[in-house]
Amino acid sequence: MDHAHDTHTHEGHDHGHDAHAHHHEEPGFWTKYIFSEDHKMISRQFLLTAIFMGVLAMMMSIFFRLQLAWPGESFPILNYFLGDKWAPGGVMSPDMYLALVTIHGTIMVFFVLTGGLSGTFSNLLIPLQVGARDMASGFLNMLSYWFFFISSVIMFASLFIEDGPASAGWTIYPPLSALPQAIPGSGLGMTLWLVSMSLFVVSSLLGSLNYIVTVINLRTKGMTFTRLPLTVWAFLVTAILGVLSFPVLFSAVLLLIFDRSFGTSFYLSDIFISGQALEQTGGSPILFQHLFWFLGHPEVYIVLLPALGITSEIIATMSRKPIFGYRAMIGSILAIAFLSFIVWGHHMFVTGMNPFLGSVFVFTTLLIAIPSAVKAFNYITTLWKGNLIMSPAMLFAIGLVSTFVTGGVTGIILADSALDIPLHDTYFVVAHFHIVMGASAIFGMFAGVYHWFPRMFGRMMSNKLGYVHFWVTFIAVYGVFFPMHFIGLSGVPRRYYSNEAFAMFDNTHDLNVIITGFAIFGAIAQVVFVFNFFFSVYKGKRATQNPWNSNTLEWTAPVEHLHGNWPGSLPEVYRWPYDYSKPGKDEDFVPQNIPLSPGEVENH
Amino acid sequence: MSSHSTAVSETKHWNGGVSPFGMSYGKMYMWFFLVSDALTFSGLLCAYGFMRHKYPDLWPIPGDVFTHFPFYEGHIALAYVGLMTFILIMSSVTMVLAVEAGHRMNKKAVANWMLLTIIGGLMFVGSQAWEWYHFIVGTDHGAVRTFLKDGVWVTEVFKGANLQVNEYGLPVFGDFFFFITGFHGFHVFSGVVINAIIYINVLNDTYEKRGHYEMVEKVGLYWHFVDLVWVFVFTFFYLL
Repeated sequence: MDHAHDTHTHEGHDHGHDAHAHHHEEPGFWTKYIFSEDHKMISRQFLLTAIFMGVLAMMMSIFFRLQLAWPGESFPILNYFLGDKWAPGGVMSPDMYLALVTIHGTIMVFFVLTGGLSGTFSNLLIPLQVGARDMASGFLNMLSYWFFFISSVIMFASLFIEDGPASAGWTIYPPLSALPQAIPGSGLGMTLWLVSMSLFVVSSLLGSLNYIVTVINLRTKGMTFTRLPLTVWAFLVTAILGVLSFPVLFSAVLLLIFDRSFGTSFYLSDIFISGQALEQTGGSPILFQHLFWFLGHPEVYIVLLPALGITSEIIATMSRKPIFGYRAMIGSILAIAFLSFIVWGHHMFVTGMNPFLGSVFVFTTLLIAIPSAVKAFNYITTLWKGNLIMSPAMLFAIGLVSTFVTGGVTGIILADSALDIPLHDTYFVVAHFHIVMGASAIFGMFAGVYHWFPRMFGRMMSNKLGYVHFWVTFIAVYGVFFPMHFIGLSGVPRRYYSNEAFAMFDNTHDLNVIITGFAIFGAIAQVVFVFNFFFSVYKGKRATQNPWNSNTLEWTAPVEHLHGNWPGSLPEVYRWPYDYSKPGKDEDFVPQNIPLSPGEVENH
Repeated sequence: MSSHSTAVSETKHWNGGVSPFGMSYGKMYMWFFLVSDALTFSGLLCAYGFMRHKYPDLWPIPGDVFTHFPFYEGHIALAYVGLMTFILIMSSVTMVLAVEAGHRMNKKAVANWMLLTIIGGLMFVGSQAWEWYHFIVGTDHGAVRTFLKDGVWVTEVFKGANLQVNEYGLPVFGDFFFFITGFHGFHVFSGVVINAIIYINVLNDTYEKRGHYEMVEKVGLYWHFVDLVWVFVFTFFYLL
């Protein structure tokens, strides 16, 4: 039996490696650009789709910020984009406001920071950094992108239907999301949302399975787990989180589809609509929250961990120093991943949860601060006395450390149920998660784009425009979300179309104007980024093979993309990826494929 | 650092360049897919447990609901579902034998055991249809329900269960029963279809030419998983 196993294994490898190496004919347009099975092309496809979706979601945020700063005022731009039905005379309708915040959240969380971030960088970096010819299964990898694409198209299409897109918030709590009678957005828009998200789960699953199997099976010779770059560790653990948590969202979504379309009552009970009793009884909306947040909390780390992995890599490279506490970094990734599954109740402190159970969730949630602090301190100690090179990627990586700490501190406040109960569903929560998860993760993504752009497109992005992009974005992020904490502390609830009816909130109005000003300021910086990106794809300076003098294997492959990544045999690995400024070496970096010189001791 | 060097030799499988478990990517892919699918079922079964815990007194007793047996007029609790479960577990045994025959490269034996597995799967799906049929039709006497319709209280006698009503007790019981056994039945059905495709490939010498029967092993993993899930569904719905 063992013999049989061996034959299979070798055959699997041969297929994965040599088949590509002997592959000479040029692929046609369709197989090269559209239905590509090459991980580098798929990664670019994910990135382009994510940029499109990101621009869309960012425009939505500007639209509803206009409404929040100047409620009820007329803006021709709203009428231009939303039309007479949703913005008659340029004034946004309440239904459209709800739809915009819902779709903004959905797109940003799932399509940009999950699909876009993991899809782009796991696909690009896993095979290149572990020294593999491609993903374990190129075909399923291609399917992963195309499920993502169809899912994006359906989400985009739902913006144009008669009743408007889903409007129950990105968390789609029933009964609001379950009853088409409740709001216009709970009709066809919600159905499309659910279909789109189901396809998204399939895409995420196909991708994650590929990432896990590739890391386990296709590491090149010498690439032990303790020689993996921290990016790969982060992508691996992210993929495991996805495999474990997205199926639970899938089951929650399936039950919701049945409640909506087939008259079951999993989530519905004792509801009257316009004096009519609903047929469905016996269900529980709290059940949905449990299922949703069992995904929802790991999802936060699915978004964040890849960004942290990218940051680890960039900070070490650009400080010309080994990452501080390599094994502690791995340990903290694993600890965060484990803890993320036992904290979901902190989203539900106000659901009537038993206070004793609540205190358990408080405890587990506060525990997350420990591995998070390990990461933050390790970043700072890596930077300490480093030979810092302030590339745009490095600036964004340091920006991530900043927002991760700032947002983490308010996380400790919200983890405590006694403090969370009055702050629940206020702008304090919105400010907290936008800084710690939104801004941090998008900073990680920008850092990754600037850093690996030469690897992806063979050209360099403009540093000058990168600096403008970073500083404006960084100032805008704090300008938007720092004051937002105070609006939340004064009790303003999130998701309200207008607070004009509440006199006690009048004194927050000026802050809302300031926030909207910063939001528009930040949005303009993203135009600079998009210009820099597309201009550099075609007209950027040609990249050298290893522009950042980096140690990891992706920089040992030629600039030109080859199907199979390396001409000839695969590189072998002899050392960890963080031999920067190693004493006794001529250069301040030693790539992983350089053998130890006689008498040299391996670091770490 | 002698301890260090022994540690390295012990973990040779993890040094890269080889698959640490001596396993092809496809088989590993299947294992992780099953982990993921297991979480989908866990989500559903936890939801079931949540709801059952909410209504400890109103929840129907399965022994009173599933009492039919073919060609037998009386009532006998849970006998038929026991038979179904036995059939499904036996189909796992035939699947093991098919995989074992594959290791011996014995095409005829693989084909025969695969065929028996497919028949077992079809018998299970058929039995489930029969079980659903009796649950939907209900008893002779039915149950009374009162509900508000257009502002007026209406009382009516109804029989059986569907997604809205359930004569044996709470409608949510029926909802979960139909959904979870249906979701599982869908898995069994897709397993039967996949097994049938593999069976045809076996007959066409596909794996004989390839030199190994690993595909049989992969679908075998899926099939055992579906059986294992049924053991949990059976325990939660019928025994507890």
